Amino acid sequence: MQQIIKFIVRYKTALLYLFLLIISLAFTADSHSYHRSKFFNSANWISGTIYNTSQNITSYFNLEEENQKLVEENQRLRKILFNFRRDHPMELDSTTMNYTVQTAEVIKNSYARPDNYITIDKGSKQGIRQDMGVITSKGILGIIEHTTNNFATVQSILNSKSTINAKLKNTNYFGSLVWNGKKYNEVQLVDIPRLVPVLVGDTIVTGAMSSIFPENIPIGTIKKYSLNESQSFYNIDVELFNDMINIKHVYVIENKERAEVQELESKITNDQ
Amino acid sequence: MTNNPALANAFRFLLLLTVQVLVFNRLNFFGFINPMVYILFLYWYPIKENRNLFLVLAFFLGFILDFFSDTMALHAAASLTIAYLRPTIMRFVFGVNYEFQSFKLSNSTRIQQFTFLTLLVITHHGIFFSLEIFSFSNLLLILKKVVFTGIGTIVICTLFISLFGISRE
Repeated sequence: MQQIIKFIVRYKTALLYLFLLIISLAFTADSHSYHRSKFFNSANWISGTIYNTSQNITSYFNLEEENQKLVEENQRLRKILFNFRRDHPMELDSTTMNYTVQTAEVIKNSYARPDNYITIDKGSKQGIRQDMGVITSKGILGIIEHTTNNFATVQSILNSKSTINAKLKNTNYFGSLVWNGKKYNEVQLVDIPRLVPVLVGDTIVTGAMSSIFPENIPIGTIKKYSLNESQSFYNIDVELFNDMINIKHVYVIENKERAEVQELESKITNDQ
Repeated sequence: MTNNPALANAFRFLLLLTVQVLVFNRLNFFGFINPMVYILFLYWYPIKENRNLFLVLAFFLGFILDFFSDTMALHAAASLTIAYLRPTIMRFVFGVNYEFQSFKLSNSTRIQQFTFLTLLVITHHGIFFSLEIFSFSNLLLILKKVVFTGIGTIVICTLFISLFGISRE
């Protein structure tokens, strides 16, 4: 017994080091799984408040640019609205709508890591929940991962764990959108079969398989493509429409039918 | 700064943390270089102090930073490890000298200080990026990030040291 105590006293620094190292490695290993620990993310109250304050101060510097973006989006939407021929008045009955949209502001952005997360200034109090889609006026941005009362973290598409259903515009050939961690303006579209006619410059949009995003949200254009090792699928580099460095106003989309879709899908997997 | 070393350290801890979170984590120089200036806390920490306390402080410095940057415990693991290895690195750089009571960082030569800082930074970045990317197939990417972010960190830290460090008089 005395020997043991002596040993502990003698090596207390090394033991303390090992103990703390194991704690941190456990957290890190945990982060490599899909849903990370609930408590340790920048949506917590302290960091959220600090980021929010700093965002409030710096946001004045690019107001003009943000206004320009909003005006451009309004112009585009008005163009669609005026050219939209309809025989019956448009229904704006909220009970029949599948998707609800909310605005939020980015208070912390990152794009230089292999796993990037964005923090926004709306949380569960404003009705934001896990697995809602997040887009900007130009294209897709990510999926809500954690929420606290007033803040939420978004798993960016620039994240090695992110996979999003995407397809070639005006076709039904779909694949998965992933990121290889290299360039912040390029993501990869995989699992598009060899038979599909692919051209540089084609537009990629979100697919209908996703229960998170509505169909046909723009993602980017094809920059380069090549066949993968098995020579049967394409690896496509997609240049994003979004400027991932400069994001401020985002829209959070909720699919009201998601729960129903998931219930159906879980039935299939249970049966198998 | 104040004469009370504990107060000075606490002040340094908070200030470096704030600067790291609000300025250097957002720098993204060339798209990916975010210098990690908080290593200066480990560089400036008094040599004769309690080692266990130093380990715990280094761990929490990294851990709080992880909170802010959504990196789980990567900063914590890296900064804890260089805190543990610091005496070894110091013995390597300064020789047996550093164990004497009269040894002071500000009395050593420029080259020694620079080597000490470089070794701390390289060890830290090596651990940080290997854990972050966590795959050997991306060894080149890890090396690229260690080298370029390391250079960024060393440049900024050297500037900070010559601006705010204790001058030898």
